[in-house]
Amino acid sequence: MSTRDWLLDDSPATLTQANLGRAWRMFSALMRNPLAVAGLLIILLLLATALFAPWIAPESPVGQNLQRRLLPPSAEHWMGTDELGRDIFSRVVYGSRITLMIVALVAVISAPLGLIIGAVAGYFGGWVDRILMGLTDVFLSLPKLILALAFVAALGPGIENAIIAIAITAWPAYARIARAETLTFRNAEYIQAVRLVGGSHGRIIFRHVLPLCTSSMIVRVTLDMAGIILTAAGLGFLGLGAQPPLPEWGAMISRGRTFILDQWWVATMPGFAIILVSLGFCFLGDGLRDVLDPKQGGEK
Amino acid sequence: MSSAAISLKDLDISYGDTKVVRDVSFDVATGESFALVGESGSGKSTVLKAIAGLASDWTGKISVLGKPRGHGTDRAFSETCQMVFQDPYASLHPRKTIDTVLSEPLAIHGIGKRSEKVVEMLGAVGLDQRFRFRFPHQLSGGQRQRVAIARALMLEPKVMLLDEPTSALDVSVQAEILNLLKRLRREQGLTYLMVTHNLPVVSFMCDRMAVMNKGRIVEIAPKTALYDGSFADPYTRDLYAASGGNPDAGPVILAASETKDPA
Repeated sequence: MSTRDWLLDDSPATLTQANLGRAWRMFSALMRNPLAVAGLLIILLLLATALFAPWIAPESPVGQNLQRRLLPPSAEHWMGTDELGRDIFSRVVYGSRITLMIVALVAVISAPLGLIIGAVAGYFGGWVDRILMGLTDVFLSLPKLILALAFVAALGPGIENAIIAIAITAWPAYARIARAETLTFRNAEYIQAVRLVGGSHGRIIFRHVLPLCTSSMIVRVTLDMAGIILTAAGLGFLGLGAQPPLPEWGAMISRGRTFILDQWWVATMPGFAIILVSLGFCFLGDGLRDVLDPKQGGEK
Repeated sequence: MSSAAISLKDLDISYGDTKVVRDVSFDVATGESFALVGESGSGKSTVLKAIAGLASDWTGKISVLGKPRGHGTDRAFSETCQMVFQDPYASLHPRKTIDTVLSEPLAIHGIGKRSEKVVEMLGAVGLDQRFRFRFPHQLSGGQRQRVAIARALMLEPKVMLLDEPTSALDVSVQAEILNLLKRLRREQGLTYLMVTHNLPVVSFMCDRMAVMNKGRIVEIAPKTALYDGSFADPYTRDLYAASGGNPDAGPVILAASETKDPA
């Protein structure tokens, strides 16, 4: 029996096999969507770049050489050099680490936070719901970038504070989604059945409600990744995110703004990187929605 | 009445400001199979939900196996009384394998030897072991309902509340499930309180029936009344006539006596 047959076996012999089989079916459905594959490849490229940055980048991202400042793209400097003579390609490659870190940390902080707040609000209803959703509304009613700006201004500029600020502004949307999802099945018979056998509220929320919210959450977070990258770049551009000499893409664009007419590559190259990665996350998110969304994908 | 498995007295149940059930009183003896019959919206499922603790806004008295019921669900109660829901497509968690569904009640109550018990229960409800690690969407309606019955039986309750357990299924599958329920009751000495609007099911499964209309019980009759039509209340007589008189001529019973329960 081949691995594939084992994965697609109609009568799995263990729980692991059943779960792996389901994961495999989702994966092969995802692979049938060309845009999702493109997105996945871009994300994998980003991961590989971040992981192997020291081997990929020809030069140090912070090594200055004022004799060759602002050189146009050439065979030696693929993306040209900036105003301090640093190789832009190397900086973009190293910048992928920062971008990936921002995206991962924001997702790790804000998605579970929003998920739990939304699920608790939706499951209990009543005054718990009103208080939690009131809080969510307060955060939602403020413009994201402005709120992040205010937090960074209060906490001080820097990459860590930018991450915290973005995470704080990102969770309310997830809480809303999780609550809406929870409301659709909080009175479902399979939830009532767990209550009947004596399951506690905590058990129901963590074991039964949250697993049903996660798929739409994964889709939403993936689609939001682009926005998170752009917000981080925006903070960097305003000088409130990563501080020099960190090769953060938004900060690099900000530095290149001064030379945008004569030395266009300084601002454009990191811009391309931002566009490419954002696009990758969008494609992947769209593909994931087709596979994971319970409304479209059936009960797979 | 010490032998009453379920005893309801002056039960009124409301959803919000609307009173849906008024003045319901009846006793179900231990080991008896009792039916609640009535048209849609007559409040019969609500009575079950109140007993189970899923409809908590009620006044009156409910006691199960001699113990008075509180207004919510509780762990001790779940070991004596369980419920099977109407729609097997809505009563199983879409992301959980059958094995997880069946072992969860045991995990909640800290009961060991889960694997053996799941295997044993699958056998008892007539499901092949190869279904054990499937997801609900890989099962048919009848198989799902068997899983739901198995889940209810995992804690070895003595009282089972059945909320139209066959109405969402095909006629031939209905017969299988009814035979299964009948056999389980015989083997495990269960008490059934069953909600249905299908009179043939009552004559096949139950000893006595209560007829409900607009939230009240209009008549409590033995199942023999279904053979001779000896009902006292005019509404019951109408219901009896509307379902075609003597139910032994009904298709469900024919199917049930012809189809052998494979288990």
